[in-house]
Amino acid sequence: MTTISPEALTDLLFRLADDELLVGHRNSEWTGVAPIIEEDIAFSSMAQDEMGHAQAYYTILHEQLGQDDPDKLAFLRNPDDFRSALLAEMKRADWAHALMRQFLYDTAEHIRVEAYREHPFEPLAQVARKISGEEKYHLMHARMWVTKLGNATDESRQKLQDALDTLWPYALGLFEQPQHEQPAPFDENTLRQQWLDFVCPLLQSASLRPAAEENDGQWTSTVAAKTGRYGKPSDDRLDLLNAMQQVYRIDPEAEW
Amino acid sequence: MDKPKITEQTIWDILNTVPDPEIPVVSMVELGIVQDVQLHDDESVTVKMTPTFAGCPALQMMQDDMRDALMDAGIKRVEIKVVLDPPWTSDRITDEARQKMADFGIAPPHKLHGKTDGAMIMLMEKPKCPFCESGNTHLENPFGPTLCRAIYYCDNCQQPFELFKPL
Repeated sequence: MTTISPEALTDLLFRLADDELLVGHRNSEWTGVAPIIEEDIAFSSMAQDEMGHAQAYYTILHEQLGQDDPDKLAFLRNPDDFRSALLAEMKRADWAHALMRQFLYDTAEHIRVEAYREHPFEPLAQVARKISGEEKYHLMHARMWVTKLGNATDESRQKLQDALDTLWPYALGLFEQPQHEQPAPFDENTLRQQWLDFVCPLLQSASLRPAAEENDGQWTSTVAAKTGRYGKPSDDRLDLLNAMQQVYRIDPEAEW
Repeated sequence: MDKPKITEQTIWDILNTVPDPEIPVVSMVELGIVQDVQLHDDESVTVKMTPTFAGCPALQMMQDDMRDALMDAGIKRVEIKVVLDPPWTSDRITDEARQKMADFGIAPPHKLHGKTDGAMIMLMEKPKCPFCESGNTHLENPFGPTLCRAIYYCDNCQQPFELFKPL
């Protein structure tokens, strides 16, 4: 059996948990204001799912890797210590942007959890097997909307294409090189390639053009990834954490 | 009078009286949320439970309700462990509970028998309307009022209804 260092597992689990927590929060910003009530419900439900996944990952960090309890990791950690990707952090824009982010994020999560079902770190494999069933509903939502709007009117297609052009480099940043790489086939390069080969044909079937080229069924991005998991936190991360953490920080010992 | 002897079956019977907070006509046991019961002695028990969806907001309430029911029955120490493995599937819902759900107005999930290839496939099998039993229904939204439900519409009796999602 492959052994992976606790440092590598901790780095990976924080990336997974922080992405879920922050994108969940961003999804929840559509509660009450989505264009139609079905989407209000959909984004609120997906937000709740992603928060649940974040909690499952933080629980592994707490119970297996000696980190603080999940609430403290979410609400008391400093922005510098978060390992979230820029795609998950980006502030809410228009509806096309929200749908395209959901599509890019959840296709990547789908590829990731399907791979991690067989991860040698059993607690992670267990959570991945739990999440993968739920993620199928997110994937269905994303594919349905992107295909529908991409093939509807010139205006809807153009709005999605603009959102795709904006978000594409950030989506690639989901697969940013980690501080401690996982063994193949769980390494970021392998996952990114699987994601590209999965997502590019789906975008084509929605009459959309990703910034990528195909060669013998293998896709390569023609633009570089925008990365930001490590180092100075983005303004969007700072704003989000300030909003999310401020009440908890007033009185961390309060009983809810 | 002697105290009746508490067995693991007693514990299962008690848990079978605890209703699900969101669909109160079915019990935790009928939903397949209780995975295992271990009786250590007459006064202490460990219950393993697994959530339907990981982000289920009723999870804490379910644990509290089960603990209260067991303590009311005289068990002094109740430990409730939340586990994710093996993951819950809607196939764990008993046949009786499926009927109770339908009578309550929520279409029960069809059996997957381990085939969970894609949500599209999972939701494409048209559920029978719980009100008029017509199969002439269509999906409105894969998301509903709780994480575990989807919204359908019956084209026969013109009623929206909910489906407990296959998972």
